[in-house]
Amino acid sequence: VTDTFCGLELDHPVINGSGTFDAIAAGRTFGAELHERFPFSAFVSKTITLEPRAGNPPPRLWETPAGMINSIGLPNKGLEGFIAADLPVLAKLPVPLIVSVMGTSPEQFTRLVEGVAAETAVAALELNVSCPNVHSGLIVGEQPEETLALLEALRPLTEKPLIVKLTPNVADPAAVALAAEEGGADAVSLINTLKAAAIDPATLRPWLGAGRGGLSGPAVRAVAVEQVRAVSTAVGIPVIGMGGVTNGADALEMIAAGATLVAVGTENFRDPAAGSRVAAELANLLEQRGFDGAGAARGASLDSPAGA
Amino acid sequence: MTAPFGRRLGEVSANRASGGYRVFSLLDSEGPPPEPGQFYMLAAEREWGEGGERPYLPRAFSVAMAAEERGAVRLDFLAEAVGPGTDRLCRLEPGERAWINGPLGRPFSTLSGLAPGAAGAILVGGGIGIAPLAILRERLTRGGVPQRVLLGFRDREHSGGLDDLFPCSELRLASEDGHAGHKGYVTDLLAVMLEGDDAGTSAVYACGPPAMLEAVRLMCAERGVACELAMESPMACGFGACFGCAVPLADGGYMRLCVDGPVVRAEQLETALVAGAGHR
Repeated sequence: VTDTFCGLELDHPVINGSGTFDAIAAGRTFGAELHERFPFSAFVSKTITLEPRAGNPPPRLWETPAGMINSIGLPNKGLEGFIAADLPVLAKLPVPLIVSVMGTSPEQFTRLVEGVAAETAVAALELNVSCPNVHSGLIVGEQPEETLALLEALRPLTEKPLIVKLTPNVADPAAVALAAEEGGADAVSLINTLKAAAIDPATLRPWLGAGRGGLSGPAVRAVAVEQVRAVSTAVGIPVIGMGGVTNGADALEMIAAGATLVAVGTENFRDPAAGSRVAAELANLLEQRGFDGAGAARGASLDSPAGA
Repeated sequence: MTAPFGRRLGEVSANRASGGYRVFSLLDSEGPPPEPGQFYMLAAEREWGEGGERPYLPRAFSVAMAAEERGAVRLDFLAEAVGPGTDRLCRLEPGERAWINGPLGRPFSTLSGLAPGAAGAILVGGGIGIAPLAILRERLTRGGVPQRVLLGFRDREHSGGLDDLFPCSELRLASEDGHAGHKGYVTDLLAVMLEGDDAGTSAVYACGPPAMLEAVRLMCAERGVACELAMESPMACGFGACFGCAVPLADGGYMRLCVDGPVVRAEQLETALVAGAGHR
């Protein structure tokens, strides 16, 4: 059974979370075997910004019980550098490419979407909206009105699927998801990391160079399941569920909560081939439970299934 | 040679005390032999993240020695229990298994690659950081490269690995408490060595705590001595995915230590005092 997502035919329902797998660095480390056994059915790039970014000062990581905090700061080559240096390599991946972009204004987002969508190697775009709009000072993804306005500005620019990456740091993620859908988004993905901090026990100062970061890993999974459930109940567009997925049972939980696709993130750090393992375990579980593919199990936990 | 894609289980073949440290061995039946300076991401198969507790992420370990054993590559690692991950790895028992991902990262350069025309190498190690110098020394010896080995330790409880990892080696030792060799820092020994003709004819390979590496970096920069440092930084993945192991570069920006290191040319660095190194 192939999985269809926004018009893309995928071999299985497991992809990666943006910023949790660098297919170029992994290709250098693992060689041809990476492409032969590529772990995801679509690849989501690290977030690209208009200008190059160096990222946050270290330390950038802190291990927590069943998870970690990161404050990486979106290091990337910028739009031009990405298209010149990275895209030709990513275009050779054996799966569809989804490029994540983030702007600090609608104008920046416009240039990013126009620049990325024009590339034939790009199958879809993910909009990282966990950043303030410099005009309003508000974080776009925390405000339904900002999210709607951004989508209304970007939707006319491309026919390629636009996926909105939702932040969990809001009281009502479903309201933001509905705004994204109203603005013409093709799908939403959630959850991004939860705001988090760690204090250096020796100095009693913030451990992370940037002061705070985002929590991921199994520690956030229960939060993610509830938000995927709430969003899936509210919207009719497909949902990519992620947050602490480490195995097939976790993936099935996300699907039962309403997700069409499941993304593996932090688990990739522990096992580079985690995506393949999760996909195989999920397929086994679906078969054991008598589901004809992930679509048949989607929304099994919901009183009113997604899209109904 | 590239690493096999995906983590795999290796059997623990030995785990013994070595001074204040442990030396444990894993049998890797899939990967190629490592180059000196390369590292592995390691996690115990059991009691790792169980019950939702730490350790959760694998831990990065430079390989200290590698040899063929029972049709596999036996990988030796030097460890000290300083936190939940290293504590668990120090308790590995023969017959148990551990997850292995590697060999990873950029290895030490050859002497001619590091300093064309150099007559010999000076290896400078501190504490647990002596590990990658053991396999480097073995490789240099096999290649007929003259080398001198300077090793420093804080005290008896924070020393070890000498008999296991540097067999039949002429070692110059330093210890802060004076229990072995020169009473003081290993960089005192290096300073004396670089006072003479050695500065013009040697290259330096170093691994140890950030303060030691920074002293070595400054000393070599001052005297124009080619130098490579094997470094550490908090690391979640080891293969370029997480961008967590950022180390500031002399010309601005950061490198990812896992894929652009862990062995770096000293002149690339803004500082060897890596923020967060040594986190438990």
